[in-house]
Amino acid sequence: MSSPFSINGGACVAMVGKDCVAIGCDLRLGNQALTISNTFPKIFNYGQTYLGLTGLATDVLTVSDLFRYKVNMYRLREERDIEPETMANLVSSSLYEKRFGPYFVSPVIAGLNSRTGKPFICGFDSIGCIDFAKDFIVSGTASDQLFGTCESFWEPDLGPEELFETISQSLLNSVDRDALSGWGAEVYVITKDGVTKRLLKGRQD
Amino acid sequence: MAHGIMDGTDGWGTGGCLSRLSDSGREVLLGITGKDFTIIAASKAAVRGITILKAEDDKTRALNQHTLMAYSGEAGDTVQFAEYIQANVALYGMRTNLTQELSPPAVANFVRNQLATSLRSRNAKHVNLLIGGFDPVKKTPHLYWMDYLAAKAEVPYAAHGYAAYYCLSILDKHHHPDIDLEKGKELLKMCIGELRHRMPIEFKGMRVKVVSAEGITELEEF
Repeated sequence: MSSPFSINGGACVAMVGKDCVAIGCDLRLGNQALTISNTFPKIFNYGQTYLGLTGLATDVLTVSDLFRYKVNMYRLREERDIEPETMANLVSSSLYEKRFGPYFVSPVIAGLNSRTGKPFICGFDSIGCIDFAKDFIVSGTASDQLFGTCESFWEPDLGPEELFETISQSLLNSVDRDALSGWGAEVYVITKDGVTKRLLKGRQD
Repeated sequence: MAHGIMDGTDGWGTGGCLSRLSDSGREVLLGITGKDFTIIAASKAAVRGITILKAEDDKTRALNQHTLMAYSGEAGDTVQFAEYIQANVALYGMRTNLTQELSPPAVANFVRNQLATSLRSRNAKHVNLLIGGFDPVKKTPHLYWMDYLAAKAEVPYAAHGYAAYYCLSILDKHHHPDIDLEKGKELLKMCIGELRHRMPIEFKGMRVKVVSAEGITELEEF
């Protein structure tokens, strides 16, 4: 319980579909067993690339602000948005910079490559080791549960609407079995035509 | 803290066998927002160990005309941090925006930044905060909950310490975002009543301040 990764609680998941990706998170901010807020989203967007951050809430805020700064600087230098693959390497190197005093976060990236249209997801540990995946990435205090639900619900080449249903059911059913996550969720489905953001109510207990 | 006065180089160390941190849970900090106001309430007892040192303590500092910060935590750190913030919000406000004062969200982000920097320094400040404000331009109330780790959340109502366990359930049931000041005071009285009834700690009553379009005013009726 005193691990920095499980003081505040929270869960995040990303999934690949056919020419689309989805990323979702819960909305709880807690202090041990006490819930402080149920409007604490853990997904941040940087152009067309989405970053989910679970772990210690202070570092979720610090790291999201840090990448807002870094990606804005990248956009000014390159005069274009950052690609998900590039973002992955930026996150990795930024986290490893703090190798001996890390940010206590487990990031997840989801996005489509703007040139090839190829779906991209990946996850990291707190010191920046990248976990590339073809199917799904999970993180947070409900990660054990998410592995289970994703493993059983996910299948290859899901369309945007099927993918939304799959990621939402995986997320909601996982956080309901975790005392430190839940209290609502939000899910982004990213296609080449645009992004849909949906708020899920979920159980409020 | 990068600046001189915040470097605690007194050589006293922080790892005493008597933990001062257990005092902070017994300090009561409450915040309630309504349609056009934010109430901040803090217990009047200044506690050290088993002794009440003072019964008329004020655990709040005004950061500007429409932003009020209440604090609890390790004795020494609290007032030091609060007064450092008070001075630097004024300075930061002058440097960045000369035409109007910093909005409550801007102040809250500034405070979080300072506390987050402090957290990863050699001796971190152990301070829990509630920042209440009213944005006179957008006419919206704001309340921020922040702990000593600098985890920040904007909330409709909040509490720190053991008081949270008694008060949040009352507020869950009775609070609405569009309540007027009278209803806000009524809710606060319900919370304080419950604390007096259930909490086995003497906190010497509450100092209550309201932030609204008119600025910060203290309520004497509590």
